[in-house]
Amino acid sequence: MSTLLDVRDLRVSFPTRTGMVEAVRGVSFTLGRERLGIVGESGSGKSQTGRAIMGLTPEHGRISAEKLEFNGIDLTKASKAERRALRGKRIAMILQDPKYSLNPVMSIGRQIIETLRTHEPVGRAEARRRALDMLAAVQIRDPERVFDLYPHEVSGGMGQRAMIAMMLVAGPELLIADEPTSALDVTVQLDVLGILHRLVADRGMGLIFISHDLRLVSSFCDRVIVMYAGRIVEELPASRLSEAEHPYTRGLLNCMPKIGVDRHPLPVLDRKPEWAL
Amino acid sequence: MTAALAIDGLSVVFDDFVALEDVSLTVAPGESFGLVGESGSGKSTLLRAVAGLAPVSAGTIVVDGKMLGDKRDKAFYRQVQMVFQDPYGSLHPRQTVDRLLLEPLAIHGFDDSESRIVRALDEVGLGASFRFRYSHQLSGGQRQRVAIARALILEPSILLLDEPTSALDASVQAEVLNLLEQVRAARKLTFVMVSHDLAVVTHMCDRLMVMQHGQAVEQLASTDLAAHRVTQDYTRSLLTASEGFRRNG
Repeated sequence: MSTLLDVRDLRVSFPTRTGMVEAVRGVSFTLGRERLGIVGESGSGKSQTGRAIMGLTPEHGRISAEKLEFNGIDLTKASKAERRALRGKRIAMILQDPKYSLNPVMSIGRQIIETLRTHEPVGRAEARRRALDMLAAVQIRDPERVFDLYPHEVSGGMGQRAMIAMMLVAGPELLIADEPTSALDVTVQLDVLGILHRLVADRGMGLIFISHDLRLVSSFCDRVIVMYAGRIVEELPASRLSEAEHPYTRGLLNCMPKIGVDRHPLPVLDRKPEWAL
Repeated sequence: MTAALAIDGLSVVFDDFVALEDVSLTVAPGESFGLVGESGSGKSTLLRAVAGLAPVSAGTIVVDGKMLGDKRDKAFYRQVQMVFQDPYGSLHPRQTVDRLLLEPLAIHGFDDSESRIVRALDEVGLGASFRFRYSHQLSGGQRQRVAIARALILEPSILLLDEPTSALDASVQAEVLNLLEQVRAARKLTFVMVSHDLAVVTHMCDRLMVMQHGQAVEQLASTDLAAHRVTQDYTRSLLTASEGFRRNG
């Protein structure tokens, strides 16, 4: 399998009043055309890992890596203009809540066209046609109508579909989805995941799926990375999640209530300081 | 025995929008009752109507044998307390934990506030060292513990819980759920809990009501839900959805 992304010893740190805080502390992994899940609780560095790959780390944050390579392009040395050309065109990102990630004063159709025309020299009519095709591909029933709607006029599930359409219209090779369904209702969640699953499979994209939900990730991805305190504590095939060895992964799996399983009180996670070493 | 909470034909209407339509339920003293549904199903509106935070358009709410009017007396606000979803939004950012816990005591004229605050913090597992901190110095789980302490400090008999753990990490959620079960057992509290998570509700509650579009879909026991003994298609679809993603589903 060809390697799409090669990350070695990635570190992201932020200066604070009390000194540097390392959010990501030496993360290494490679990604082919597959679905990789990154799981962790808040503060584990999972989102900062995704943002560093995307080139969206805040200005004051510092990134260092032995290797951060996308398709042979060294991302650590790429200029801002080069990163801009990659972003949206070859690497795309879906964020958690469509209420905040869509532009509130621009119709959905125009936002999709904006992405497309930023990266490809296409005419007006052609751009409109492709945007409508893309809206149909994310299973929006009436693309013509939704095209002219503003983000506040659509539901969360519809907004997230529009977001996926916008991210995929330029045909990226790598998609980073940061908690793409956490803001959605459970039944809508499955529809959106189904759409994402089909599009990623059909187009042969690489996908990094960032989430706090271990169970959801393991049912969706091929491989899962578990992060704790800025480091990878365990990596395993999603199908073998039940055989996880690290006490953190096991604890995380164990502490969730399950329907039909009567456990009172719930087992809680006993955090060991050595996990964060 | 009189029910702790009896709601009959409750409707809540905002202008032209019907948020809650003709919902009835009864909760026995010491029982834990769950409300499940998607966003916009009216589950939070129902809780807010009980707490007096949403206008009652039709129907009656009876708490402990007493019918509630538009204006509730002070005793009601002591008897019924609410814990909200977002621990970042429900605590005053410029008040210390001590000040936050003192306010309800001052309103209701309790005198031994000092010992009550210490005891309340102790009960939710925070300890006295948290007493003079501000909420921004606490983690999400700790904040939710403070919110629970604030609700318990008035010794209520009914606790209304609006998604108390959905903003928390899974491991913290387990701790907070355990704490809630523990205080319920110790104080013989009645719980009405709203959640979108079927697993959380079946874990915490004896009975539950499934809601959709402001209406009750069905009421059933948690054990029936776990055994898939459901009568409505909507409940079944929620149950399937909570089992996670299936690749060829």
